[in-house]
Amino acid sequence: MAKLESTFKNMVLVLTGITIFAAVALGSVYSLTKEPIAASKKAKQENAIKEVLPEYDRLEAEELITLDGFETPFALYKAYKGDTFVGAAVQSYSGNGFSGEIKVMVGFDAEGSIVNYSVLEQKETPGLGTKMGDWFKTEKANQDIRGKHPETNNLTVSKDGGEVDAITAATISSRAFLETIRYAYSAYSQSNTTSNEVALSTDSVTVNQ
Amino acid sequence: MSQNSGMKTMLNGIIKENPVFVLLLGMCPTLGTTSSALNGLGMGLATTFVLISANVVVSLLKNIIPDKVRIPAFIVVIATFVTLVEMIMQAYVPALYDSLGLFIPLIVVNCIVLGRAEAFAAKNSVGKSFFDGLGMGLGFTMALTILGTTRELLGTGKVFSLTIFPENYGMLLFVLAPGAFIALAYLIAIFNKLKKA
Repeated sequence: MAKLESTFKNMVLVLTGITIFAAVALGSVYSLTKEPIAASKKAKQENAIKEVLPEYDRLEAEELITLDGFETPFALYKAYKGDTFVGAAVQSYSGNGFSGEIKVMVGFDAEGSIVNYSVLEQKETPGLGTKMGDWFKTEKANQDIRGKHPETNNLTVSKDGGEVDAITAATISSRAFLETIRYAYSAYSQSNTTSNEVALSTDSVTVNQ
Repeated sequence: MSQNSGMKTMLNGIIKENPVFVLLLGMCPTLGTTSSALNGLGMGLATTFVLISANVVVSLLKNIIPDKVRIPAFIVVIATFVTLVEMIMQAYVPALYDSLGLFIPLIVVNCIVLGRAEAFAAKNSVGKSFFDGLGMGLGFTMALTILGTTRELLGTGKVFSLTIFPENYGMLLFVLAPGAFIALAYLIAIFNKLKKA
């Protein structure tokens, strides 16, 4: 078959044909993968929530909390065991990392102490900032932030006068990480003051539900 | 005979005209994604898929695409396949998708893919183009995996996340961007030495 000549008509027809074909192919694959993509995102989030919270058997629908000075709201998930409020998971973020945004799921118990955390998304330097995934839950020196309370403990890196050891050679990533934790706590306490469900004291907590 | 020439075309892409070590194409994803062996391998396989599909389709369409619009036509074909890979990866291997992130859409502008479509597939038969895409893709995958393994081993003491020696002895430099250039330069030197021998 001889090659089509580059006449205006041929060019328009061929390019239109190719783009239509591409559009159909993309559209059909998009609708095929739409559900698995949503499912895998949801599974990831649910696993993260499970990981950072104490044992629970019921999760409330997500609650969006906008803090002063932030555009994107923080998503908060309250967990209950029976009728008792056992804690809440907050999806927090910070744009002050070494590169890109850091998204962290932080779990607080009913008193507001940190139960655990899980890094959902980060683009920090491999081998340095990426260590945040388990650095802050390793029981070593002052690394571990689990069990600490953002109100009674100063959760900033020791370089800034805080009581948490930063990741070696990744102070910027550590600062950004701890920022997400503090934001998460602000969202957590704001949610509790507005809904008046939990007294914000560190002693016993009652849930009136 | 035809099987032989297919084999030859393929080996050509892997060794004689290895896209990274010999042609020095696609340097951006090569340097950017090889901070670990697994990332290098994943990126290589994704590119291989795009290369093969784009080569085959371009070769099929080579007679109906008028010369003057061939580049936009090739780019549409390539971009379609890249987007397919992106969606499929996101759906079925989310972990890999997360770590490669931005580099997947960038396969569109990877000069290896357009280069092979223009230089090879637009002039050769479908079968040959398939083997060329396969060879080039495997050559790219091999180069990226070797580079990723080298950097991961020297930088963190691990290979495919298995610890070989304690991390404390790792040279951080190799995980960072300058290490990519240094490791790549040495690998190219070694590869050329081996090729001549």
